[in-house]
Amino acid sequence: MAGGAATDSTSSGTSWRRLVLPLLLPSWLVVGIFLLMPVALMAIYSFLAKDFRGGVIWQFSIEAYDQFFLDRGLFGDEPPRPNWAYIAIFWRSIWQAGLATLLCLAIGFPTAWFIATRNPRHRALWIFLITVPYWVNLLIRTVSMRFLLRDQGPFNEALMGIGLIDSPLRIINTDLAVQIGLFYSYLPFMVLPIYAAVERYNFALSEAARDLYAGPWTVLREVVLPSVRPGIVAGCILVFIPSLGAFLAPDLLGGARTYMIGSLIDEQFRGSAGNWPFGSAVAMVLLTMVLAVLLWQARARKAR
Amino acid sequence: MQKAIGVERVVKRYGSFEALKGVSLSITDNEFFTLLGPSGCGKTTLLRSIAGFEDITEGEITLYGSNIAALPPEKRPVNTVFQQYALFPHMSVRDNVEFGLRMRGLPLAERQARAAEMLEMVHLSHFADRLPAQLSGGQQQRVALARALAPRPRVLLLDEPLSALDLKLRQAMRVELKQLQETTAITFVFVTHDQEEALAMSDRIAVMSAGDVQQVGDPRTIYEAPVNRFVADFIGETNVLPATVGAISNGCAEVALAGGRSLTTEAPEGLLPGAHHVSIRPERLSLCEGGEADLTARVERVIYLGTDLQLLARLPDGTGLTMRLQNSARTTLPEQGEEIRLDIEEGAVRLLVD
Repeated sequence: MAGGAATDSTSSGTSWRRLVLPLLLPSWLVVGIFLLMPVALMAIYSFLAKDFRGGVIWQFSIEAYDQFFLDRGLFGDEPPRPNWAYIAIFWRSIWQAGLATLLCLAIGFPTAWFIATRNPRHRALWIFLITVPYWVNLLIRTVSMRFLLRDQGPFNEALMGIGLIDSPLRIINTDLAVQIGLFYSYLPFMVLPIYAAVERYNFALSEAARDLYAGPWTVLREVVLPSVRPGIVAGCILVFIPSLGAFLAPDLLGGARTYMIGSLIDEQFRGSAGNWPFGSAVAMVLLTMVLAVLLWQARARKAR
Repeated sequence: MQKAIGVERVVKRYGSFEALKGVSLSITDNEFFTLLGPSGCGKTTLLRSIAGFEDITEGEITLYGSNIAALPPEKRPVNTVFQQYALFPHMSVRDNVEFGLRMRGLPLAERQARAAEMLEMVHLSHFADRLPAQLSGGQQQRVALARALAPRPRVLLLDEPLSALDLKLRQAMRVELKQLQETTAITFVFVTHDQEEALAMSDRIAVMSAGDVQQVGDPRTIYEAPVNRFVADFIGETNVLPATVGAISNGCAEVALAGGRSLTTEAPEGLLPGAHHVSIRPERLSLCEGGEADLTARVERVIYLGTDLQLLARLPDGTGLTMRLQNSARTTLPEQGEEIRLDIEEGAVRLLVD
């Protein structure tokens, strides 16, 4: 009897192993077609020449990268200088995304902490409330934000109504509006991973630290933050990276002076005025930067 | 005998639930004091109140004369060994042990020396650089001890520290804990639901039930002279038998047991004649070898336990009775269904207050 059962389990083991490849195939196909192919396509396009009606000419060229990094004057005959215009756009994107990440962390951490320390039956409700805005398309929400923040919008009307200001605050089309848009769009991406980490946190550790003469802030710094660090890192990555490439918030809430990488790329693929190889090249530079940050983070984590 | 901890009429309420119902206790300096009771009796709540993790609703807790009830945990010179150890997972064993010293602001050299000394004491010097997750349960337990003892607290609180260990380790740790308490001369307050553990280690035990202290005394008193039915039942095996109390004089009471003759035993204060219960430990009963027997019973089952024999019998009024006999070559085993005559050891009958 026992022998029969053993044979059965071995044979089912081998049949399972035989099934592994066919079962994995769909996910590999999805990843391959929808994830790797577009990236590869973009990498290839960035090394092609542009067609004037949008699109590409199948001919190798580093024109796109040259245009991004170097400024050769209006007619392309001056000695090359670094192209500060695009570097400035990158720089603005980085600090806007960085600031949005810090803001999300400052607001998201206490929020996540609050939710994770509620009665387990109420936690689901809080998490649900956090995700409610996501039922509405991001575009719609960003347009609504524009409506809310504009000069004659409810926000300014309310402030003027209670007599706090005489003339509307200029928020729309400024860096502040973009920042508010980014913060609003990505806050839940900070809250959810930190919530997951805090929920797993062993609160006896806080008691142990208090017991060993650590004050509340020392407990936070020495024990809580190191314990929930993976959640914080995940949240920061999930906010920083999409913020860096965001184009809805800068497009709809910002103006010409608040250009970010996302808008720059977006513009290259619009209508016939675009420049596909250039757009691909900018996207490749962005991708390289993000990968560098992720690799650095992974190495720092390994070193610990 | 200096008083280390004074607990005065402490009440702790959670909403309408009273976890502690006016507990008063006095713990002496340099004593191994145990809070013993079933789960939910309030022993852990009391310990956490002393540590400062629970705000007490009413009452006073003093530590060497000063009231500490209002101080946060980090301001109380007591340290705790937690049930699941609560070692900091991201710190090495050494950093864990040094944590309290660092928070106290001790200079680095002194910290390192003290941590090394503590790790030596718990035989873990080789593991100083490991992370807690790389240690076994017993080793983590020792780290927790070293960490709590490193700041040289005046009182060490231990919250069921042995409950997560397997039996062998638990028994070894009992001896070690007691030795540690004697060498460090620190007052230990130990919480457990395991009566054997409490009896083995404690100088004094407080038996708790339903948010109140039932009895405080040394292990022998607790075991041999339980004041009420709860203590008698909770500590060790016992027979609780109905008894009729007759005349009471000079602190002695006449007690009649069903199926037995009248005996004289010590009477607790305030006892009135009438129906009561007595406690008789199974090992204090023996087979009568002639003369007048104290009890008669019918054997229902004989259980062979190696060193001991356990006899399950029934008194004439139907009450079950357990007795233990030492297993020796000259013991003649009673048969099932046999009528046996029993002797009760002098002083083994304890009248209980319900």
